[in-house]
Amino acid sequence: MSTLAETAPPRRKGSSPAFRRALPYLLSMPALLVCVAVLVPFVTAVYYSMLRYRLNLPSMKGFIWFGNYIGFLGDSEFWNTVYVSLAYTVLTVVVELLLGLGIALLLRKQSRINNFISIMLLLPLMTAPAIAALMWKLMTNPNFGVLSYLVSLVGLSDFRWASSPTTALFTVVLVDTWVYTPFIMILLLAGLRSLPPQPFEAAALDGVPTSFVFFRITLPMLTPYIITAVLFRLLDSIQQFDIIYAMTQGGPGNRLMVFQVESYLQFFQYTNVGKSAAMLMILWAITYFLSNVFIKNWLKLRERARGHA
Amino acid sequence: MHDKEKDLFEAFTKKRLSRRELMDRTAKLGIGAAAAHSLLGLASTNAMAADFDWKANKGKTIRLLLNKHPYADAMIADIESFKTLTGMNVTYDVFPEDVYFDKVVAALSSKSDQYDAFMTGAYQTWTYGPAGWIEDLKPYIESADKTNPNYRWDDVLPGLRASTAWNGVPGAALGSADAKQWCIPWGYEMNSLTYNKKMFDKLGMKPPNNMAELMDGAAKFQKDAGGPYGVGVRGSRSWATIHPGFLSAYTNFGQKDFTVTDGKLKAAMNTKESKAFHADWVKMIQDSGPKNWSTYTWYQVGTDLGAGASGMIYDADILGYFMNGGDNKEAGSLGFHAFAPNPAAKAPTPNVWIWSLAMSSFGKQKDATWAFMQWASSVEHGMFGARKMDFVNPVRASVAADGEWRTKINKSYPGYIDQLDASAPGAKIYFTAQPLFSDLTTEWASTLQQMVSKEIPVDEGLDKLAASTDQQLKDAGLG
Repeated sequence: MSTLAETAPPRRKGSSPAFRRALPYLLSMPALLVCVAVLVPFVTAVYYSMLRYRLNLPSMKGFIWFGNYIGFLGDSEFWNTVYVSLAYTVLTVVVELLLGLGIALLLRKQSRINNFISIMLLLPLMTAPAIAALMWKLMTNPNFGVLSYLVSLVGLSDFRWASSPTTALFTVVLVDTWVYTPFIMILLLAGLRSLPPQPFEAAALDGVPTSFVFFRITLPMLTPYIITAVLFRLLDSIQQFDIIYAMTQGGPGNRLMVFQVESYLQFFQYTNVGKSAAMLMILWAITYFLSNVFIKNWLKLRERARGHA
Repeated sequence: MHDKEKDLFEAFTKKRLSRRELMDRTAKLGIGAAAAHSLLGLASTNAMAADFDWKANKGKTIRLLLNKHPYADAMIADIESFKTLTGMNVTYDVFPEDVYFDKVVAALSSKSDQYDAFMTGAYQTWTYGPAGWIEDLKPYIESADKTNPNYRWDDVLPGLRASTAWNGVPGAALGSADAKQWCIPWGYEMNSLTYNKKMFDKLGMKPPNNMAELMDGAAKFQKDAGGPYGVGVRGSRSWATIHPGFLSAYTNFGQKDFTVTDGKLKAAMNTKESKAFHADWVKMIQDSGPKNWSTYTWYQVGTDLGAGASGMIYDADILGYFMNGGDNKEAGSLGFHAFAPNPAAKAPTPNVWIWSLAMSSFGKQKDATWAFMQWASSVEHGMFGARKMDFVNPVRASVAADGEWRTKINKSYPGYIDQLDASAPGAKIYFTAQPLFSDLTTEWASTLQQMVSKEIPVDEGLDKLAASTDQQLKDAGLG
């Protein structure tokens, strides 16, 4: 006891017992405020999603519990939205991952030229997606677009890009790929350059084939970085709005009607607050589920890397 | 400024001097065009101030939300007259049309008092009015205290006054006795044909007089012109695709969007006649429309015509007007043609878009806002905009009949006035007023896109659209 008393920190002058009691609460106040700031809008959205609520039909406003959600179940347009959102997400993430990984491997070695190229490749990422979409809209214009001209040289004179239901998804995936591949590339490049050199040196000494090195050494060691990059892109892609809205507003027909575009239209054009909020809650649930799956896998990999079973 | 010059312009505004005499005397006094502009504006302002206390809200500042448009440009060019007249200040935010309406909804739905008045289309008031976001302007118009005795509300074209008034009952006729005046018409557009006269003359073609001629003419033009496509119409996934040429032609064939029975609405897009019309419209786009039609808005339709990339457009007459001026490649080459697609119809039935001014319910200075709205929709400002700027089409009969304006237009835009005069009698909003306008009309556009891209046959598409529309009306308690 006496030892403890001797090593106890000296009491600061002027700090009353009341202040000392309140200190832990005061210190946790910022975290509490952040929680409140996150939770209030979220709970509000949950509440609105359970209302029949159109701003221009105030007399119809009423609490309908899960009515909006149940309504979606039998709505083919809603399932189309789920399908398009997931298809868009899977396509963009897969294409961007493969391209990003390929480019990162090409630029792996530290050199002036590689550093310059990696900086140049980051330029699309610095373009606002909506601006990029408008730029691509001009480039794919059948009358004067440079890309339309280029594809006409290989015999595709009537290629309609985002205007045709058969090529609309391809077109917006192309734009997304152009904008966001550098994001994956730069993350994986950082990962590649931070890998320990010893395993690669050992493999080189043993004359191990390149494909074996890639699949058995590089890829497993790079997996945490890949998971991180994919998770970020997945969360972004499933919530895509700017590119699709700027290029087609969700058309032609309902071909590109993803969650964000649909909920945006429901609120800003149709003033249907209830339906818009329910749509966003479903999007949140899907995003939350996917994030969980990825984070759990990432944690497992980290444990395995540390030698735990 | 010399008294002699001021007196000269005041004499003109009081009709004691003809325009010819005014021009002679200004020339003798050595007054340049720019100085004459400002003197005329000042004289008009003084004339307006004679019978009404315009200074009642002196010192106040009102804030406007404006769409980037020649109407807004005309108002901004004349805003000093308003400031001088009232002693008030005006600030404004201007947004391009792509984002403008979302900006309005964001401001109004959040009950923000950031803006006192804003530009709106008449259709949008079917949402804003019932939501309680905008003021009924009837009490203001009828108030002897608040409204200038020379305002002359009855000078505003009756079809436009009616089209901007609704009693809020879904399916009820616009402009009924119990209707609320949700906004003040400011400028309007009718949907007619604008064609490239130079190219048509070169090919020995005449503008079409009915739907069959339009389809054939567009196809022939596309085949013979060697590059440009036949006819430009809007096609984006938006209500804005339905309201211009499409609805004007649809109406001309006697078709309606809804039937109203005992106050209940029912979709009417899947009648036999409607299906036949849709089939023609779809075929016209497939054969002679722009390749990327499904992305076409007002801007693309217009710029293609102005750039010589299309032979004609079936869209707003003022769009053709704007494309025939400025630095457009085809400026001066365009012709205007009133169009009745149905051979059995006696006259055109152009659906109209009316840019109007509405007053936010959340503004804190409504009387000051009303003073601005009166001025902006006054004869004097209308006359300034029509004569000096591109403030077409005038919503006031007195401005539309103004000799100077008509001479100016006839000189630079041959055929435009004839088109206007022939189209105006049948021009009004042909949509059924109802609160689901935006969603149901957008779905109509989406279905049209599917038909044009051959994703769905016309008959099946319209039956599906009607079923979906009826379900949505039922869910909202309207069907």
